Amino acid sequence: MIDTVKNAEATPEQEQPYKELGLKDDEYARIKEILQRRPTDAELAMYSVMWSEHCSYKSSKVHLKYFGDTTTDEMRSKMLAGIGENAGVVDVGDGWAVTFKVESHNHPSYVEPYQGAATGVGGIVRDILAMGARPLAVMDPLRFGRPDAEDTKRVLPGIVAGVGGYGNCLGLPNIGGEVVFDESYQGNPLVNALCVGAMRVEDLHLAHASGTGNKVILYGARTGLDGIGGVSVLASETFDDSAGKRKKLPSVQVGDPFTEKVLIECSLELFEKGLVAGIQDLGGAGLSCATSELASAGDGGMHVYLDRVPLRAKNMSPAEILSSESQERMCAVVEPANVEAFLAVCAKWDVIATEIGEVTEGDRLVITYHDEVVVDVPPRTVAHEGPVYDRPIQRPADQDELQANTPDSLPRPENLLELIKIMAASPNLASRKWVTQQYDRYVRGGTVLAQPSDGGMIRIDEETGRGVALSTDCNGRYTKLDPYEGAKLALAEAYRNVSATGATPVAVTNCLNFGSPEDPAVMWQFEQAVKGLADGCAELGIPVTGGNVSFYNQTGSTAILPTPVVGVLGVIDDVRRRIPTGIGAEAGETLLLLGETRDEFGGSEWAHHVHGHLGGLPPKADLKREKLLSEILVAGSRDGMVSAAHDLSEGGLAQALVETCLIGEVGARVFLEGDLFTALFSESAGRVLVAVPRTEEQRFVDMCTARRLPWRKVGVVDPESNALEIQGLGELPLDELREAWEGTLPALFG
Amino acid sequence: MRVGVITFPGTLDDVDAQRAVRYADGEAVPLWHGDHDLKGVDAVIVPGGFSYGDYLRCGAIARFAPVMQEVIEAANKGMPVLGICNGFQILAEAHLLPGALVRNHKLHFVCRDQWLKVENNTTAWTGRYDLGAEILVPLKSGEGGYQADEDTLKELEDDNRVVFRYVGDNPNGSRNNIAGISNARGNVVGLMPHPEHAIDALTGPTDDGLGVFLSLLDTVVNA
Repeated sequence: MIDTVKNAEATPEQEQPYKELGLKDDEYARIKEILQRRPTDAELAMYSVMWSEHCSYKSSKVHLKYFGDTTTDEMRSKMLAGIGENAGVVDVGDGWAVTFKVESHNHPSYVEPYQGAATGVGGIVRDILAMGARPLAVMDPLRFGRPDAEDTKRVLPGIVAGVGGYGNCLGLPNIGGEVVFDESYQGNPLVNALCVGAMRVEDLHLAHASGTGNKVILYGARTGLDGIGGVSVLASETFDDSAGKRKKLPSVQVGDPFTEKVLIECSLELFEKGLVAGIQDLGGAGLSCATSELASAGDGGMHVYLDRVPLRAKNMSPAEILSSESQERMCAVVEPANVEAFLAVCAKWDVIATEIGEVTEGDRLVITYHDEVVVDVPPRTVAHEGPVYDRPIQRPADQDELQANTPDSLPRPENLLELIKIMAASPNLASRKWVTQQYDRYVRGGTVLAQPSDGGMIRIDEETGRGVALSTDCNGRYTKLDPYEGAKLALAEAYRNVSATGATPVAVTNCLNFGSPEDPAVMWQFEQAVKGLADGCAELGIPVTGGNVSFYNQTGSTAILPTPVVGVLGVIDDVRRRIPTGIGAEAGETLLLLGETRDEFGGSEWAHHVHGHLGGLPPKADLKREKLLSEILVAGSRDGMVSAAHDLSEGGLAQALVETCLIGEVGARVFLEGDLFTALFSESAGRVLVAVPRTEEQRFVDMCTARRLPWRKVGVVDPESNALEIQGLGELPLDELREAWEGTLPALFG
Repeated sequence: MRVGVITFPGTLDDVDAQRAVRYADGEAVPLWHGDHDLKGVDAVIVPGGFSYGDYLRCGAIARFAPVMQEVIEAANKGMPVLGICNGFQILAEAHLLPGALVRNHKLHFVCRDQWLKVENNTTAWTGRYDLGAEILVPLKSGEGGYQADEDTLKELEDDNRVVFRYVGDNPNGSRNNIAGISNARGNVVGLMPHPEHAIDALTGPTDDGLGVFLSLLDTVVNA
């Protein structure tokens, strides 16, 4: 029997499985208070999923407010849409708007690596599409457990294949990302997916359901039982009969990239023809989310006829239809006069489109199923007025001990040449080619830079050459040692990576991956990281335009390293002046190290890889310096003074030298001063290795000196040599280095 | 020069093929999979992607599309037709080219910059290249292993119908390192690598692929 509103009114005392659905006693009581009765099964399904941590941000909201509080009007001036929309939108000039966002799909990817990762890509792409933009490229920041662990061999290949399988078939180039190994991710890998899209400024679409009489059209894939997750406890009560239990489908959604590709092209044609008044993608929480968000963003109510939703399973209950997370679906609000044309475009693309409801007067979201009312709620209470928790915060008791355990006493090696090779072959620094060559980086012909470059770069306008650059970064070990400073360092690195391509950073997105919010120590990390990131953005003068929070990332009671992945978007007026990462593009180049090197090894890759050590304080972040560095790089690119640039991060100068030589396929002679171990392996922030043509050298260093950016000449590019030579240490043949750098991941994963 | 570029549902590299035609001073004419005529074009490119999701088998559904019936007819009359990646798979399924493309021997999708040797510069699509020239273009496919029976391979080799061959380690297990082949007449060419992604060193590894489209220009002008 279907649980209708009438039935709920008649049976106020009926017990409901709200606890199994993740609702607390007081949350359930609040739903009853809002509705002045018990919820129906369908309403309970909607509230429980929309009030979940994932959808409601109930533990993070009070902290995320800080992003808004610290964003000034000046920082906001280029923002066309910000936090709260499907994705942030930035005006990048020439009449173009760019939208970008990163989201997590961590838990599904552990359960089912391929589909979890695939649908992670699919979901973020639809978010970008729902802003009215053509999705242009994706990136994937990934975190795994120990590289040699048995489970990593199950999880990593599946996730990489899933990211590639979906993205390649969708026709979106993959232009970068991260692969990081740390034991803390052993039972909880992180799969974050970023998508960037572009549109003309006037084509920006926001989720609205305004205009009484407008039609609500669901289009794309049919709705099935996949990805129903927790709501199945309702199904078992409603539909399972003793004769035969219905086969349960996996709670991880199953993706079909072909359907998504067609959905993208179909949607873009709908936008172009002006047939869409409002649009929302169906992601987490499916129709529950789409209908309640569309209705609460508009100025009226909404009536949805649930029995009209095209299904791919029999006997789905209203609660299941509302909660299904079947992929590749969109929901549009369409003016009545445009419905016919809308359906015609869908028919052209063989996309199923169904009018499932309309915008009504009043302020209720009413959902009927075969003429019986199963949902009657104020939509804002579902979508935006969920519970908010100010959870206890406590600096971990062992934080002082952790910071006191500095790397100063770790033995430093004699043979530095050997260490360069060991570090180049370490899993966190080794070439990511084994991963990235499973991703199409060329499709659509706009990719100007992709892995292994510091940042990815995409051309937006073929006429003017305008484009954007993107990088995502986070060092969880730094964040563990000091979450405030660690978040700033993540921002600094992404900002620096974008600058190293020649682009000017303009906006920030984030994906905040943390342990359980019910652990006061985790909440402290979270609060500190948000503050660090927001304060950092204020110093740099660029806004956070959106983001995502993923809590409960832990194995047993052990939380992951706090991992606030930061994505920075940069603009370049002409991609032809991009700065490549590899040296050797021009004859006669000088190598300069910009920035200052200090003895900073807390959280370093050397301490981690060689000594298994994590302690002390992370490197110091100096965002004023980062800003100056960025301005110098952009000026150098604009005036043709810089022929290559590579950011220094994990592994320090040694790793940057190895990579710039191997990518450029040319040798270099390097001369360093002071303590060579510190010079080569320190991870001091705010540093970039640049190559400048000898003819531009004086002009470039004069600029650095005039603007008070510390610089030092560290070597020359040597096209004749096939080796990296370090004065006082000896030389490393590039072949040997390449074998070390490129051999690690294939040896681990086949 | 007017060159038709077909779009099936799931086609991905159609915009790239169109751009390559423009770079060779041609006019790119979009053709839709449901079209029943070729709009008077001089040549047709069947681009890469995952037509119809590549369900069943790569290219197996696309070959039955209405527009493909027109392409088959025109190709048999001598119209230049180029199949790239999924387009090659479709031409093989349509029997315009012999053999089949199977899953890469190492099972992974492979995206890399690949050296190719031009083995035949007398086809409609390769006249601009020196015989034996080595070119660097992207290869990006999961099912790019060229397979054919011994008789077919012998015929292809004997009749000089291997147009491009992989240089260096074989990326996908193709027989005889075959990257691309032609029909007997030389008007139909199919290859797995993507010359349309190597027309500008800004967005590709080189501009070595542009020769394919300039070759077509010569063919059309001289026809």
